[in-house]
Amino acid sequence: MADNRIKDESCCGGRDWEEFYRNRWQYDKVVRSTHGVNCTGGCSWMVHVKDGIVGWELQANDYPQLSGDIPNHEPRGCPRGISYSWYLYSPLRVKYPYLRGALLDRWQEARAQHDDPVTAWASIVENPDRRASYTSQRGMGGFRRADWETVVELIAASTVYTAKKHGPDRIIGFTPIPAMSMISYAAGTRFLQLLGGVCMSFYDWYCDLPPASPQVWGEQTDVCESADWYNASYIVLCGANLPQTRTPDSHFMTEARYRGAKVVVMSPDLNIASKFADTWLPVEQGHDGAFWMALNHVLLKEFYVDRQVPFFEEYARTYTDLPFLVKLEQRDGIWQAGEHLRASELERSAGMEQGEWILCVSDASGKIRIPKGSLGMRWDSKPGNWNLDMTDVLDNQPIDCALSLLGDRATTVCFRYEGEQDALREVPCRSIQTVNGEVLVTTVFDLLLAQFGVSRDLGGDYPSSYDDDKPFTPAWQEKHTGVGRETLLQIAREWGENGEKSNGRNMVITGAGVNHWYHNDLIYRSFITALLLTGSVGRNGGGMAHYVGQEKVVPLAPWTAVAMAQDWVKPSRLQNTPSFWYIHSDQWRYDRNFTDYFKPETGENIPAHAADVNAKAVRLGWLPFAPHFNDSPLRLMQQAHEAGATDDAAIRAWLVKRLQSGETRFAIEDPDAPENFPRLWFIWRSNAISASAKGHEYFLKHVLGAPNSTVTASEVAKDQVTELVWHDKAPEGKMDLIVDLNFRMDTSTVYSDIILPAATWYEKSDVNTTDMHSFVNCMDAAVPPSWESKADWKIFSMIAKKVSELSAPHFPEPFKDIIAAPLLHDTPGEIAQRRVKDWKQGECEPIPGKTMPNLAIVERDYVNLYNRFMSLGPNIAHLGAHGVNWDADDVHADLLNRLPTRSWGGKTYIDLEDERNVADTLLAFAPETNGELAVRAYQNMEARIGKPLAHLAEGSRNVRISWDDITRQPRRFHNSPVWSGLVDGGRPYSPYVLNVEHGVPWRTLSGRQSLYLDHPWYTSFNEGLPTFKGKLPAAVLDELQEGVQDGLVLNFLTPHGKWGIHSTYTDNLRMLTLSRGGQVVWLNHEDAAQAGIEDNEGVELINNNGVVVCKAIVSSRIPKGSVFMYHAPERTINIKKSRKTGKKGGVHNSLARIRLKPTLMLGGYAQFSYYFNYWGPTGVNRDCYVVVRKLRG
Amino acid sequence: MNVRSQLVMVFNLDKCIGCHTCSIACKNIWTDRQGAEYMWWNNVETKPGIGYPKNWEDQEHYKGGWINDGGELRLKGLGKGPTLLNMFFQPNMPAITDYYEPFDVDYANLHGAPKGDDQPTADIVSQISGQKMEEVTSGPNWDDDLSGSGQHAANDPNLADASIIEDYGRIFMQYLPRLCNHCLNPACAASCPSRAIYKRGEDGVVLVDQNICKGWRFCTSACPYKKVYYNWTTGKAEKCIFCFPRTETGQCNACSHSCVGRIRYLGVLLYDADGVEQALKQPDDKLVEAQRALILDPHDPAVQQAARKNNIPDHWLDAACNSPAYTLVKEQGMALPLHAEFRTMPMAYYIPSLSPVIAKHGDLHEVAKHGLIPALEQLRVPLDYLASLLGGGNQQVVTQSLAKLIALRVWMRAKNLGETADPALLAEAGLDETSATKLYRLFTVANYRERSIIPGQQREMKEPYLRKGGRGFGILKTPRGGL
Repeated sequence: MADNRIKDESCCGGRDWEEFYRNRWQYDKVVRSTHGVNCTGGCSWMVHVKDGIVGWELQANDYPQLSGDIPNHEPRGCPRGISYSWYLYSPLRVKYPYLRGALLDRWQEARAQHDDPVTAWASIVENPDRRASYTSQRGMGGFRRADWETVVELIAASTVYTAKKHGPDRIIGFTPIPAMSMISYAAGTRFLQLLGGVCMSFYDWYCDLPPASPQVWGEQTDVCESADWYNASYIVLCGANLPQTRTPDSHFMTEARYRGAKVVVMSPDLNIASKFADTWLPVEQGHDGAFWMALNHVLLKEFYVDRQVPFFEEYARTYTDLPFLVKLEQRDGIWQAGEHLRASELERSAGMEQGEWILCVSDASGKIRIPKGSLGMRWDSKPGNWNLDMTDVLDNQPIDCALSLLGDRATTVCFRYEGEQDALREVPCRSIQTVNGEVLVTTVFDLLLAQFGVSRDLGGDYPSSYDDDKPFTPAWQEKHTGVGRETLLQIAREWGENGEKSNGRNMVITGAGVNHWYHNDLIYRSFITALLLTGSVGRNGGGMAHYVGQEKVVPLAPWTAVAMAQDWVKPSRLQNTPSFWYIHSDQWRYDRNFTDYFKPETGENIPAHAADVNAKAVRLGWLPFAPHFNDSPLRLMQQAHEAGATDDAAIRAWLVKRLQSGETRFAIEDPDAPENFPRLWFIWRSNAISASAKGHEYFLKHVLGAPNSTVTASEVAKDQVTELVWHDKAPEGKMDLIVDLNFRMDTSTVYSDIILPAATWYEKSDVNTTDMHSFVNCMDAAVPPSWESKADWKIFSMIAKKVSELSAPHFPEPFKDIIAAPLLHDTPGEIAQRRVKDWKQGECEPIPGKTMPNLAIVERDYVNLYNRFMSLGPNIAHLGAHGVNWDADDVHADLLNRLPTRSWGGKTYIDLEDERNVADTLLAFAPETNGELAVRAYQNMEARIGKPLAHLAEGSRNVRISWDDITRQPRRFHNSPVWSGLVDGGRPYSPYVLNVEHGVPWRTLSGRQSLYLDHPWYTSFNEGLPTFKGKLPAAVLDELQEGVQDGLVLNFLTPHGKWGIHSTYTDNLRMLTLSRGGQVVWLNHEDAAQAGIEDNEGVELINNNGVVVCKAIVSSRIPKGSVFMYHAPERTINIKKSRKTGKKGGVHNSLARIRLKPTLMLGGYAQFSYYFNYWGPTGVNRDCYVVVRKLRG
Repeated sequence: MNVRSQLVMVFNLDKCIGCHTCSIACKNIWTDRQGAEYMWWNNVETKPGIGYPKNWEDQEHYKGGWINDGGELRLKGLGKGPTLLNMFFQPNMPAITDYYEPFDVDYANLHGAPKGDDQPTADIVSQISGQKMEEVTSGPNWDDDLSGSGQHAANDPNLADASIIEDYGRIFMQYLPRLCNHCLNPACAASCPSRAIYKRGEDGVVLVDQNICKGWRFCTSACPYKKVYYNWTTGKAEKCIFCFPRTETGQCNACSHSCVGRIRYLGVLLYDADGVEQALKQPDDKLVEAQRALILDPHDPAVQQAARKNNIPDHWLDAACNSPAYTLVKEQGMALPLHAEFRTMPMAYYIPSLSPVIAKHGDLHEVAKHGLIPALEQLRVPLDYLASLLGGGNQQVVTQSLAKLIALRVWMRAKNLGETADPALLAEAGLDETSATKLYRLFTVANYRERSIIPGQQREMKEPYLRKGGRGFGILKTPRGGL
């Protein structure tokens, strides 16, 4: 044995050579930055620079410790993030401006002939051949390098032209997820809002918004930070693969296990997360809801009926709508659950202000009482009653409220379930006298028990036992989930017992795996029910933890002001993207009536096609739509002026009359008419044409006019749609110009007309926050922008400057614009429509802001657009968010002394040229980072709810966080009433603890967490109570092509992947090397064998939406019947040609298209009220089927 | 007693999320160079799986490591050492195809492609030949998350029953991060005809002297873990250097620093070098215990005295006393060497991972022994699999470790819920409240400074005054033959 080796010491050569590796490690400086990618990570990274070049990055490990009881956050960061430095100097980097050669030729020709660039642009786009010469080449190569001056002038000319010719609401911008780099986001949106352009939503479009959250809580989404997982003692992962998609957070889950938390993973595949499970439940994909429905059945029976848990009951009475009264209504002789009983219906309270929006309970003695906190009390003239006190608002006496009316009498009520027999079940009820006569009422709790089939010895069609296959028993769920009833029982009992023993530290961590299904709101409501029944919401360690999309912009109010230019102009022109693209990419033309798979009962006047419902939603003010009208809003304002309408009221009246007569129409009613096309599209911080284009091939065909679209679907809507004008030939190539700011050549740049080189995340300064932790992070420049790249803020300021210059002859004076804005959540608009009444159908009068959109008239000033862009406007000192307001004139005055200023028009403003000053502005005006403002904001909320709150901010009153602070260390934000969690005392952020601990109502109809949705449309679809509906059947989706038989039909799933954050990093050489070198799909080994497909073999995925060509990975860890393509690849790396089309294959979105759920389009009704990224239909894409076959052979 | 000090890495596989951040941290800093593209000094493997290079565990094929040949240790592939006869022929060395052909992508085509009739894409290009590759057929992590693959994972030599691989109801999946084990009996060093490989006295790091190495590649063959690589540009062997420029300055290795699963622990172990040879002559299933027995108690005054005699500085002894590696490897016996039967005495240690029970349609959910946390017998991963990987075939050392993990969780659950925690549960698994609390802390709230206790190196012995002022500070002396 060579034992002299063990004794070591240096080898014969001495050890001086070791400096080789020491030198490799040495560096010149380290800069703190982060990654502006839609991952929720918000990780702090130390970027190492050597010789002026970014060498590598390593995670920061200096996060302030929340408390000694919670593991620290370090080292946050994942394999994607740590590969970012590769991008900076790779050949994939966009180093210079590019534009399509044909476009450059046209532009140079036109500029030679026209001195005015705006006229030059007109000469191109108004000539069909010239226009087609470049639009028809989209995606086909032929880029040419250009200089900044040329491209900025072209873009500005096209902007001014489009605003003048078509209206600024034909200019759109798409960028997602502000939180990851909020100043870069704001760059384009600030420009667009000053212009009157359209900012497109993303959270709903990505289907990251869980509509169940507004349904139940009146809240977009509020979730705990990942550190709070550590407080949970029972964790169910349902639709979330934490290690894969929440990589930097997962240690809190793995560590919670050592604190004794049980982990259950519901996942159809044996995924990474299931490695950490105590119990893995391989639930049929899309059917998680069935499991939870049965779990609730057991909970109700064993923890509410057989035995009562005081903690659960007290919670249910105080924080949920379970005790609230619901009227039973008779339809065709059958009793059904109807609307909530309103205060306005009772003689005692008939005169109450907003009484139609105030709900009632019964006390133990049977008296009908009116507790505080209903939504009507938020908007009445007497503040102080909008709180969670179970106290009668009329006599201020405490209410001993009853959960159930059991004992008086019972009536047989009909409950309807998808795919099951109707059930006639007795429900406890009572007859009461109202101003409209006698009505039967029951409680939500009583309805819930009946809905779940828990009988309490009541008569009717209740299941006889857990083994009775009726909704929603353990036996019933077996056929939907594949999970045995004994397992269900065990998990349900564990769930209930843990909730009881831990005081509600039950947690469901969820995400895209369940949120991307058509009926995602039902799945979510099913587990939210399980959380509410165990008192698990509004507590540390409990609740629904939904993490899809980094939606939390912590300094929300000042950010909204800066990003939407509300420091200058209000309101903003905002668009819900699912509706926009469903209509404008013409996917609606291929969509059949939803009534084939989502059928309302007769009675309500609900159109049968999603496009028709959407058109109705727009005209009733439920949803926005751009363009607004079939003419430019600027031209309409001129016409109104010419018609003698001088003041705003007269202009509105003039327009309402024209809308009523049909002289002016909403653009959504004829989206394929050229005057209603969107014309100019700015894309930045996103992959809008690929990863963010659900129905990608429809985009290529109709929006871009790219020749390689592979859509083969039929236009089945032709004879079905009634509200929209049908053009036999659908337009192709609606956009005049597509501009993409990017640091890399992704699929969107390949298909855009102009590519602008954007600075990377290590080359610019920005602010970064997330919902996964409670720190404010910086993104900062380690090196200057490489080659000719520039920061987004700089690029849009250049465009703004040129737009102002070119506007001089075209828009010399300020002018008026009109914005059709929907009835908004957190405004009185949320109680505008007690009943659905359509003015167009003569059911009511058209009244802006009441029965139709708000028609807001604003002033634009294009000549000063650049000045405004660069200056912090006067409205900044008066901010608000989520209905909470505060003033900050003193902060503004102080900042004017601290920060650089800019003067024009005789006034001086804070100068926003340097992004770091923008950052300091955001941090100074936000209650989350300026403790004094938090006190003021709480005081504002105190007044409305009538309870003390300001003390919550006293401890941080003198704390202010600045840009310099966050470049040194991640800094924790502090308590603020804009958010429902509390973070003082080292407490991890958990949503709704403010509500539970301080009596602040949820922003819902009852002010409580809503298990029952009483809107008649929900009743009509049998979704008033939590229920189960399965995946949409392939047969009604029109996706599978007739004639293509030689392959497997599989459910196409696109969970978030391991080697990319959406499409970012999927093209990164590090990731390609560690995975399979390009696009892949995952197949079950038996499925693969059936189709003769081997591991790593080329395959083709086909349906009517498009074609994908890639390689297969074969594994038995994938369930049979499904095919996984991790979201989202690029169609740029080593893509082969399709056997079917002869063209190169597409991306995951080539196989998808969207279907809009009409119940999510409602508006003007409590929590069903629009806000940007908050409410509205979502871009569901998981009910999708494809044929998979070998590429060759 | 011949006391030596060794920097040791411990991996808690029960926390590993298989994310590969470690691998890229390493790649970015150390092997992002021509000739090193295919090297992954740190890599992560999915188990069951065949890893990187393919089937590296199969010593019938690669003939790496040592064997006990009638009471004498010899290199499996070479006998006692390299000879002139086999100097020019390495029959058992992995070929590039056993690793993978490193590739790049012709990204520039995406903006540079001329106008065409279909969308331009970027081809795959070999980083070795520069030629276009029609398809990528291999990679350093080819069987990632694959687990259930009859084509790949079924060839995992640790699997007693490969049919498990294709059974959705029985498959399991875990991760194994790997780097150079900086062994006490390194086969690479023993095999080097140029004596270019040495084990540093101060920290036990095994290095290939880039001046001396002649590129014979015996080390590549001899290392049973296949963690010495051949740089095809410089013609020299390279391997994980345990980030010595970082550890010498008290910082943990880049892979460990970046471990977002927080699974890695670093610390000093003291061992008796005189006992190594004898320990390695034990039968396979005794190797883990024999190896553990060599590790010395740093608190023992006799050990300290002997250590000082061997010039181990005081602050290293302090670090050894606080070493999380000592707690996990020796004191609690939680962490086990990888394939001890290769007899290199590896100095990376692994805590085996728990795994879920499944609840399938029709199956009765197996009610867990201790409330709702599954008992040892119910884990999906076969214990003989873990024993093959980490126990030298000895199932008992693996179950001891797993039982502690389970007992710890059950005990902590009771505390978490404010119930009376039964210390008998701990005792049954060989723990007490103190040790359980210590383990709990290490696995959860222990922060960066607690997970890695690395004493910096004292370099002042080497003419610091001259070096600080001299021109040699940070200037690379180019070795003969270039780098």
